[in-house]
Amino acid sequence: MIDTIPLPFTADPIDAPFWEATLRSQLVIQQCTGCQTHRFPPRPMCPQCQSLEHRWRVLSGNATVWSYTKPQPPLLPAFEQLLPYVVILAEVAEDPAIRIIGHLMSKDGAITGVNEAGLKIGAKLRVAFRQHAPDVAIPGWVLVD
Amino acid sequence: MFKDQTAIVGIGQTPFAKSLPGSELELACQAIQLALEDAGLKPSDVDALGSFTMEHTPEFEVARTVGLGELTYFCQSPWGGGAGCGAVGQVAVALAAGVANVGVVWRSRKRGARSTRVWAGVQERITDHWKWSRPSGLVRPADECAMFAQRYMHEYGVTREQLAHVALAQREYAHKNPLAFMQSRSLTHQQYMDARMIADPLCLYDNCLETDGAIAVVMVRADRAKDLRQQPAFIHAFSQGLNRQHQVNTDWHGANPLRSSSCVTAANLWRQADCGPNDVDVAQFYDAFSPLVWFSLEAYGFCEPGTAAQFVADGGTRMGGRLPVNTSGGSLSEVYLHGLNLIIEAVRQVRGTSTAQVPDVEYSLVTACDSTPNGALLLRRK
Repeated sequence: MIDTIPLPFTADPIDAPFWEATLRSQLVIQQCTGCQTHRFPPRPMCPQCQSLEHRWRVLSGNATVWSYTKPQPPLLPAFEQLLPYVVILAEVAEDPAIRIIGHLMSKDGAITGVNEAGLKIGAKLRVAFRQHAPDVAIPGWVLVD
Repeated sequence: MFKDQTAIVGIGQTPFAKSLPGSELELACQAIQLALEDAGLKPSDVDALGSFTMEHTPEFEVARTVGLGELTYFCQSPWGGGAGCGAVGQVAVALAAGVANVGVVWRSRKRGARSTRVWAGVQERITDHWKWSRPSGLVRPADECAMFAQRYMHEYGVTREQLAHVALAQREYAHKNPLAFMQSRSLTHQQYMDARMIADPLCLYDNCLETDGAIAVVMVRADRAKDLRQQPAFIHAFSQGLNRQHQVNTDWHGANPLRSSSCVTAANLWRQADCGPNDVDVAQFYDAFSPLVWFSLEAYGFCEPGTAAQFVADGGTRMGGRLPVNTSGGSLSEVYLHGLNLIIEAVRQVRGTSTAQVPDVEYSLVTACDSTPNGALLLRRK
């Protein structure tokens, strides 16, 4: 079993721009330049119009809780060290069909033992980023008062 | 037409335990030999094999070790818990088409030890679609299922008090089954409510067992089935299913994440069948996690959306209920062999040999995992 937090491979040209954006604290998704449909996770073709052309749209970072859970042991060692934590599936403000996973984070960037007051499905969120390696920051979600 | 043209005529299983001595290959060979004996067929009669992409015993090793005949068809079905019905169905399609004559599907696992969990093998850098969730601490299939369960329970006002009844109903069946892991272990509603959480709302008892063992099934065309040793379980209908915008286990990127691939499988199954959900006598729903039973009851048309929890809590899946479900104890309380355990119980219900036998079974349904690409088989006694 690995001792570190598993991280994404970031050198795949299909999703590299997403990870590069996380280093600038930006949340981006693909938008088809033909039919304007959003898609996430990144893919080479638009499933609506089959266009291979897309732009990267910078999202506002506003979202709501679609669902959440609190994993308990047994977990990977690196995650057992982070307990207790909450994982949120967030629906982004720009498109209810775009849902992105992230830890519940405090305003100061903590993952462990974050105050869960107000955590419920539908609660408002704001994106935050936590850098794990020189090539990657992972998006997380902060509860908005 | 495919309908009723093939049948499952042999089933075999090794002992099930937390830790068995032999290798996965040895267990696979034992289960296949037992299934062939059950059918009254010789190893040399076999010319088709189906397995899981996750299976560690390659078909050539199985074939040369058991002494099978020369193979003319072999296939693999993807995605663990979603694969079982697909593997059986794919071999059946090949038999019905005349590409081969006697088919075997097997699954062998040594999973009792915690270090063998698939999620425990996660690498430092993730290249597949799990790169979008595992770095955030959502690593195990239980965590992924919990996301759907939490949302479902919120949308329909369902409680853990109701969820308990999936595990409790299956434990009652296990008490009747001498081979069930949990046969002699009682489970009360209070024990369930007090259990440690794994990923809320899922507690320990909402998770399947992890066991060593192997299971195999044997199939032939219907005309030959009638001359063999056992009451045939005719394959009345089969489908696989993969919904639009599907993402394995983390299937929340489609328009409605609560509409799973099971809805695709179910629609195509009922399109082929001479019957509908009301005619099904008994069902085995894939149950790595107990909410999958709710989701499957609704996707396959036995309950309206949002009503499965109360259906189960009211005893609808227990013996004497409208639809007995997972009658051997299922993966929660009998044994977890990636769903082949459910397929052989569906066969036993057709034969009349289940330890929780439903009277006068004509249609026996078995499904694969709701949260992956999946499949289902509708078996029939006629």
